[in-house]
Amino acid sequence: MTAKTLFEKIWETHVVAAETEATPAILYVDLHLVHEVTSPQAFSELRERGLKLRRPDRMLATLDHSTPTLPAAANGERPYANDEAKAQVAQLETNCREFGIELHGWDSADRGIVHVIGPELGATQPGMTIVCGDSHTSTHGAFGALAFGIGTTEVGHVMATQCLLQRKAKTLAIHVDGKLPDGVGAKDLILHIIGSIGVDGGTGHVIEYRGAAIEALSMDERMTVCNMSIEAGARAGLIAPDDVTFDWLKGRPHAPSGAAWDEAVMHWRALRTDDGAGFDREVRINAAEVKPTVTYGTHPGMAIAMDAPVPAARNVQERRALDYMRSEAGKPMQGTPVDVVFVGSCTNSRLSDLREAASVLNGRHVASGVRMLVVPGSEAVRRDAEREGLHHVFTNAGAEWRVPGCSMCIAMNGDLAQPGQLVVSTSNRNFEGRQGKGARTVLASPATAAASAIAGRIADPREYLTQEQAA
Amino acid sequence: MKPVIRLHSRTAVLVDENIDTDRIIPARFLTTTERNGLGKLCFHDWRYQPDGSDNPAFPLNQPQARGCAILVAGRNFGCGSSREHAPWALLDYGIHAVLCSEIADIFRNNALKNGLLAIMVSEAEHRWLLEHPGIELSIDVRDEYIALPDGGRIAFQLEPFARHCLLNGVDQLGYLLQHADAITTYEKSLEKAA
Ligand code: SF4
Repeated sequence: MTAKTLFEKIWETHVVAAETEATPAILYVDLHLVHEVTSPQAFSELRERGLKLRRPDRMLATLDHSTPTLPAAANGERPYANDEAKAQVAQLETNCREFGIELHGWDSADRGIVHVIGPELGATQPGMTIVCGDSHTSTHGAFGALAFGIGTTEVGHVMATQCLLQRKAKTLAIHVDGKLPDGVGAKDLILHIIGSIGVDGGTGHVIEYRGAAIEALSMDERMTVCNMSIEAGARAGLIAPDDVTFDWLKGRPHAPSGAAWDEAVMHWRALRTDDGAGFDREVRINAAEVKPTVTYGTHPGMAIAMDAPVPAARNVQERRALDYMRSEAGKPMQGTPVDVVFVGSCTNSRLSDLREAASVLNGRHVASGVRMLVVPGSEAVRRDAEREGLHHVFTNAGAEWRVPGCSMCIAMNGDLAQPGQLVVSTSNRNFEGRQGKGARTVLASPATAAASAIAGRIADPREYLTQEQAA
Repeated sequence: MKPVIRLHSRTAVLVDENIDTDRIIPARFLTTTERNGLGKLCFHDWRYQPDGSDNPAFPLNQPQARGCAILVAGRNFGCGSSREHAPWALLDYGIHAVLCSEIADIFRNNALKNGLLAIMVSEAEHRWLLEHPGIELSIDVRDEYIALPDGGRIAFQLEPFARHCLLNGVDQLGYLLQHADAITTYEKSLEKAA
């Protein structure tokens, strides 16, 4: 038997028709996640062609992108950014009703960002193929699932046939050896990786993250790492499932139970890259070298340790990026004045992220003139956080505690920064205008975001953690 | 989809690298439930000044770039989100081909499914194209080459199935639906295994 990578194992069990020179493989999709932004045109196409959904039971829908994060008024009216956003949400509600899709809408106790609730509900499972009209579908790879984003035309393909036309991707192994230093987390690690391999370092590849530092990560942290695989240009990111994965999934509503659970785990244990299996490319990263990392430019590859000097522009675009960000070559990002701090998004809005931010904020106050928004990734995260009293930590510190959604990650629901404002954000994209026209985004971990909120400048969270320990 | 066999146009150039989908169409316009009419939003925040007038510094606003259907862009064009609104907006704006040394995976896939020729050329050819804005090119999808004004040719390769679909106007969903029996057989094998 030839040695196989994890990617190859998942791929092979999902091939309906094999790839030939002339035609791509037909790949079966186990789980199709749906949200309001990239689905309406696909539903319309289905209707126009008189087609039905092949497997509505393999679909799961939620409302997250266009939804307001302020609560509904007394009369039930929600403060949508505009009528179009409201209509878009209403359209998904109608579509799900009409086509018989499980929707976690406003009345669901489990609504939230699509990549937060899929795992939470146990719908995301090892060995699956998972797609969504959303590039951060790569998040689900943290469970050893082959998960990737697709366009709206392909959303229609999956709706009608539960399949996709796919060419097999190449494989890239990223070995992360050693141990992350104290006060340095998964977000720092993935920013460091993208800073090292570049925003197109993973193009055409599926990344498998491996090594001691990866195995040591919690599920929340693994999701943070896989989430940003797309920021390195990769099709998907994968981490082999292990006991951490199984313990996390056990007992979740969509996960198997009883004898089926035991059988599933037995099968999942085989989902590892065999010894001797080859990757198309391999990269090694030393976890011990990672520091609190932030971005200084307008794409996620422009990332450095916050105390390192911003590199000089090597070309016109980098010059433009530095100008836009008002970042100065030779100066570190640490100390840069901050206007807004955002803790949220499918990268960093899970319970452990909120705990991380709260542990830095606890008993402290957001600097005057700084606005801080904390947006939990799901209703479940919100409930758990409130049970622990984290919301009090945030509101006492002067931060806004919001209703779950994508919020300022994509800024299409009305939560946005003003032109020129600098946002320290736990989200995944620092593109020009991503958080509002003219807004300047610095990507960072929840701990760094919280520390920067207190200091009013980009600050090293370890300073606050040390104080804590000393106290 | 209408067949796309040949495209003849002058080129317009955007030298910037990593032009992401938020620059092609900002997220705040994604509340639409339509796929048509997005051309006026294409490159919105780059193309217009705050008062809504054209930004003279945006290269595609230059008179010589008007009406060009072929865009030569800096490497890693289309990175970022999976929004198909990006190729929809470009097509509606009048861009029917993007030439680049590297194009982000999801964007390229989305583009080709909509008849937008997302074509990768070698780095040297890419550099040359970037340095020669406004030249007349003719893209031949059947024989996979770009004809230059001096008679020279740049060869390229499309994924064979994407090329077949472009040339014949094949509807990919229709193709998948033809495999319904194989899909049913596969689903049966899943049930048996469970
Ligand atoms: S949180 Fe941001 S990246 Fe994640 S799904 Fe929402 S918009 Fe996309």
